[in-house]
Amino acid sequence: MNPTMKKTFIEPFMQNNPVAVQILGICSALAVTTNLRTALTMCLAVTFVTTFSNIGVSIIRKIIPGSIRMIVEMTIIATLVILVDQLIKAFSYNLSKELSVFVGLIITNCIVMGRAEAFAIKNNVLESSLDGLGNGIGYSIVLLTVAFFRELFGFGTLFGFTILKTVNNGGWYVPNGLLVLSPGAFFLIGFFIWLVKIRYKELME
Amino acid sequence: MKDSIFKTFAVAFGLCIVCSVIVSVAAVSLKPKQDENKQLDKQINILRAAGLVDAKESPNAAQVKDLFSQIESVVVNIETGDAVADVDTQNVDPKNVTKLPKDQDPAGIGSRPNEAVVYLVKENGVIQTIVLPVFGRGLWSTMYGFIALKGDFKTVANLTFYDQLETAGLGGEIANPKWTQKWIDKTAVDDSGKPVIKVIKGNVDPASPNANEQVDGISGATLTGNGVTKTVEYWLGENGFGPYLNKLRSGN
Repeated sequence: MNPTMKKTFIEPFMQNNPVAVQILGICSALAVTTNLRTALTMCLAVTFVTTFSNIGVSIIRKIIPGSIRMIVEMTIIATLVILVDQLIKAFSYNLSKELSVFVGLIITNCIVMGRAEAFAIKNNVLESSLDGLGNGIGYSIVLLTVAFFRELFGFGTLFGFTILKTVNNGGWYVPNGLLVLSPGAFFLIGFFIWLVKIRYKELME
Repeated sequence: MKDSIFKTFAVAFGLCIVCSVIVSVAAVSLKPKQDENKQLDKQINILRAAGLVDAKESPNAAQVKDLFSQIESVVVNIETGDAVADVDTQNVDPKNVTKLPKDQDPAGIGSRPNEAVVYLVKENGVIQTIVLPVFGRGLWSTMYGFIALKGDFKTVANLTFYDQLETAGLGGEIANPKWTQKWIDKTAVDDSGKPVIKVIKGNVDPASPNANEQVDGISGATLTGNGVTKTVEYWLGENGFGPYLNKLRSGN
């Protein structure tokens, strides 16, 4: 892997993180991070879609007519999302019930469209796939961090296993109701953005 | 000539063909598996409501089929309260509905099906548990579940919700067995056949004369709790399964 490719792949993890730095994909980061299981499934789904949509767009980038460029990208993304949605419904029905509409909404996740439009349309297939994968992982890092704190302090569990026994279930821990609701995720993402900006001073405005 | 009209159409057409083939292959080949999952999920919830499966267990398809053979399904005409013998339980038409006027619609469902499938658990020919499908508006979503009554058709045997989108951790706790088990052995319907059970705000005072008709509310979920109360009230009442239950109580 040459240095540019490595940079393409690694940068979205932190200093060019799609959620924390580009502030994309916030809606799903709020919606599916109440527990780690749904967040992980969502991460895998988004990573799959960004990677393959980048590959798809990159393969046909030379023949895409400028006038219908975005619609073509959208069609490729939508196809992949439907595929993921159908697979989850067939093989993990309980998760599909929890994720409900959010898998379908990956279509509107700005990260996917953003990477196709900003990167895949003008770079070769290998670089585009690394960019998609890197951004998927960057998104996952934020989602899993947020979900970790929300599930641990909102429900007292991690991946469904009890860590802090809550009062409702006969234990001692009074769960934090704020973390269960969407505003809780806003605060956590806010902290995450703050930490990233402290670590990478050049991002400060 | 990258952007000629002909080329634009050719690319769009080609892409659509490729994408639609991928989508249709996936949809068609996965459909049977998805339908199976849906059916299984519903059956597990019926078994849970009937008390044949513990809330924490997730039996596999074969176990569910085996357990389900102990249950008798009956199609009921909601208005008359009669069992409908000539309609198969698989063929109940969900579009066959009656619109509800506002004043008869406490559960906020707009219209109700004319026929519904209820599930009976019998022992030596005597009904031990009856499982009734219920649904109604919560705070954000329509909540779908089952309420099970004991053989006297007044006492709650169980309550489950299998499909709801209330706030996770607050209203969503209605699906938590820790909460639904508080319903067990409460009086749902009084001697005249009127639904009396209510989800109250806060905890039930055991000294109160109505303690057996009240269920602890979930803090932070008052509106969802009201929705549950109204849903149960509607479905056990005269516009829901009331006529059917009355017939069962009087022994017909």
